[in-house]
Amino acid sequence: MEIVRKVLPKKVTFSYKKARLETAFKRTLLITALLMLMIAVGVFFTLVIHSIPSFRALGVNFFWSKTWDPVSNVYGALPFLLGTLITSFLALIISIPFSYAIAIYLGEYNTKGWLSGLLKNIVELVAAVPSVIYGFWALVVLVPLVRSLESKIGVAPYGVGIFTASLVLAIMIIPYAASLGRELIRMVPSALKEGAYSLGATRYEVLRHVVLPYTKSGLLAGLLLSLGRALGETMAVTMVIGNTSLLPDSIFAPGNTMASVIANEFTEADRTLYLSALIELGLVLFLVTLVINVVGKMIIKRFSNE
Amino acid sequence: MESAIISSQNFNAYFGTNHVVKNVNMDIPKNNVIAVMGPSGCGKTTFLRCINRMHELIPGATTAGKMLLHDQDIYELNPILVRLKIGMVFQRPNPFPNLSIYDNVIAGYKLNGLKLPKADRDAIVESSLRKAALWNEVKDTLHKKGTFLSGGQQQRLCIARAIAMEPEVLLMDEPTSALDPISTSSIEELMYELKKNYTLVIVTHNMQQAGRVSDRTAFFFLGELVEYDDTREMFTNPKDSRTQNYITGRFS
Amino acid sequence: MEKRLQFRLTKSKVFQWIIILFAFLITIPLIAIIFYVLKTGLSKISWHFLTHIPKPVGEIGGGIANALVGSLLIVMVAAIIAVPIGILCGIYLSENKSSKIAYYSRLAVDILQGTPSIVIGIVVYFWIVKPIGTFSALSGSIALAVMMLPIVIRSTEETLKLLPDTLKEAGLALGLPYHKVIMRVIVPCGMSGILSGVMLSVARIAGETAPLLFTAFGNPYLTANILKPMQSLPLLIFNYATSPYDEWHDLAWGASLLLLIWVLLLNITTKWITRKWKVQL
Repeated sequence: MEIVRKVLPKKVTFSYKKARLETAFKRTLLITALLMLMIAVGVFFTLVIHSIPSFRALGVNFFWSKTWDPVSNVYGALPFLLGTLITSFLALIISIPFSYAIAIYLGEYNTKGWLSGLLKNIVELVAAVPSVIYGFWALVVLVPLVRSLESKIGVAPYGVGIFTASLVLAIMIIPYAASLGRELIRMVPSALKEGAYSLGATRYEVLRHVVLPYTKSGLLAGLLLSLGRALGETMAVTMVIGNTSLLPDSIFAPGNTMASVIANEFTEADRTLYLSALIELGLVLFLVTLVINVVGKMIIKRFSNE
Repeated sequence: MESAIISSQNFNAYFGTNHVVKNVNMDIPKNNVIAVMGPSGCGKTTFLRCINRMHELIPGATTAGKMLLHDQDIYELNPILVRLKIGMVFQRPNPFPNLSIYDNVIAGYKLNGLKLPKADRDAIVESSLRKAALWNEVKDTLHKKGTFLSGGQQQRLCIARAIAMEPEVLLMDEPTSALDPISTSSIEELMYELKKNYTLVIVTHNMQQAGRVSDRTAFFFLGELVEYDDTREMFTNPKDSRTQNYITGRFS
Repeated sequence: MEKRLQFRLTKSKVFQWIIILFAFLITIPLIAIIFYVLKTGLSKISWHFLTHIPKPVGEIGGGIANALVGSLLIVMVAAIIAVPIGILCGIYLSENKSSKIAYYSRLAVDILQGTPSIVIGIVVYFWIVKPIGTFSALSGSIALAVMMLPIVIRSTEETLKLLPDTLKEAGLALGLPYHKVIMRVIVPCGMSGILSGVMLSVARIAGETAPLLFTAFGNPYLTANILKPMQSLPLLIFNYATSPYDEWHDLAWGASLLLLIWVLLLNITTKWITRKWKVQL
């Protein structure tokens, strides 16, 4: 055929140019993968390098000293470690009944249909609202509410504080454990559930004795991932936690988290030690969330492979 | 029929608007083994699952007509009570993976919140495992997890679990199709023993099995009960041409 | 027996209703927030608001034009950086399932995905802001790009992994070189998943503040120079909301409404695109 003969090459030859294009393409792909590796490693090393001055000057005592006084160049991280732990765990505890209820509802009671689609969209919207807007709203709406609660129960009516921050945080992390939980519960094999039904179990009993034990480890991983998210949350917490560097004495007291103190004081840190102390906090934050996320993901992987 | 323990009267079942079981009238006599057969999609499994009211667990699934257990329409009773009287064994063995053999057998009691003294529980476990011909193989490993058993043993464990509830009727949905021939024959021997105390209704794809174990056979085709007769009679002298075609292998 | 059974059934029903109650309670804060932002922010928005920069404290009027332009620019530059790199890396990971580099690269992506955004801000400060000597929109975009990358990479990898190998083989069998098979056959087939990953990443970072705190830093003036500090909607909201001035609070509310609408639109568009393209597949 004339056309075919004209279009196709007469002989099959090896083209150096084409081969070079191939290698260049493959090499570009490789470079992007290596880039990600370099970024992750780079993050770690940057944090370490800039924490060294603080580590050398303050040592391990940094972690249990309770005085943070930049004016006198004294830095102790305990208030922020406590603040972070308390707000995150409190938020997690508050969020558990709601995330689990959503997970069970969408995974077991109502997996399809318009109502379940509606709830799914609502949960996704909650995850989509930017952190600053949560913070702003909490500042203007939640804080006065908490303040009146505090005066009713006889505590100093700051309004801002650890409790308020935990409340906002709880709302923000509900979607994470909820969507993971829903997937896990949906994946429970129906043969197992039918076995229980055929023995005369009620729906509640099937949930309690078959579904929940089966998904136990996966649900735990979901909680871990929620916790990781809570630990790193900055903006909403900063806006309502009160930003003091004193050790909090109750959950209604104002406080600070590692993330919020970095956000507030980073650009004001004029001395090397000051900046380095803040970065050391960042390093701790990085490492803790790293461990939690890796462990959480490992549990999920092992669970889905079983 | 005088000693009919289960009797379906003008019974129909639907998946939404899909009419899958059509006007079935069938009496099942006590202490018999009834085989229910037919080509894929003929409604036999759906019919079986209607007897212990598992069919309605599927969203959109409905029924019409009467299903009598000892003259009482089970669709007017509480489904949980029905399932305590009519047990089920499934195609794939489904022991509870997180429970030991002992706990699997007694699971029906635990799930129903029925508390018994240990002596009674031990007695029930032993008697059920004996009736399921599994006792001798597991009596020393009762506290190991059920998933370590072979397929045939797991299925016998599921049988033990079902009969621990002392049902009157035991429904079996292709109970040996996932098992090897040796396990299959041990379960078939079991069926012969079980019918002394229970009534068995078995859905099976395997005509030879139906011929071996059942007293009566029901042939379903496209949702209808085409023929229902004494097994020997049906296999040697089928009255309907469709039954004849199925038995001689014209359709599977 | 009957009484006991009745109790169990009631328990089951009660449990169901408790679950439904707790599940739907989450609607309350969502509606409260959207309603409040709408109510307070709507009155602040006007043409003037959209086209003017903030006035100094004490003067009335002013707007958020600098933040609008800034947000758009910063997000666009971040996308320009992150999308090509992310897609290419996703391609690499889906093509090299078991190589050592792929394993560590995937691990790195997981780690970056879980890293708090403020930590990324710190790091980019030292990488870009310090060496250049000034805060800049570009450094903000780079920080946001680092946050976008894991999302784009993940969704690209997952999408491409789902495509059957026979697709690649068909392309190769036609004599197409490897790069053409990837770019002309595989990637177009996975476009819906890749696109939704891109949109998801943009929706995610459009509302981010923390990474911009020490990089883009903010700017009271309107500028399009990405090498200079620049304002963005989330930054403005944060700074003005926590200030003591009422006029600035007003600006922050208007900005919040616009930001919320923008983010919600992005999310809805993502869902719509995914559904539309998936049906065609």
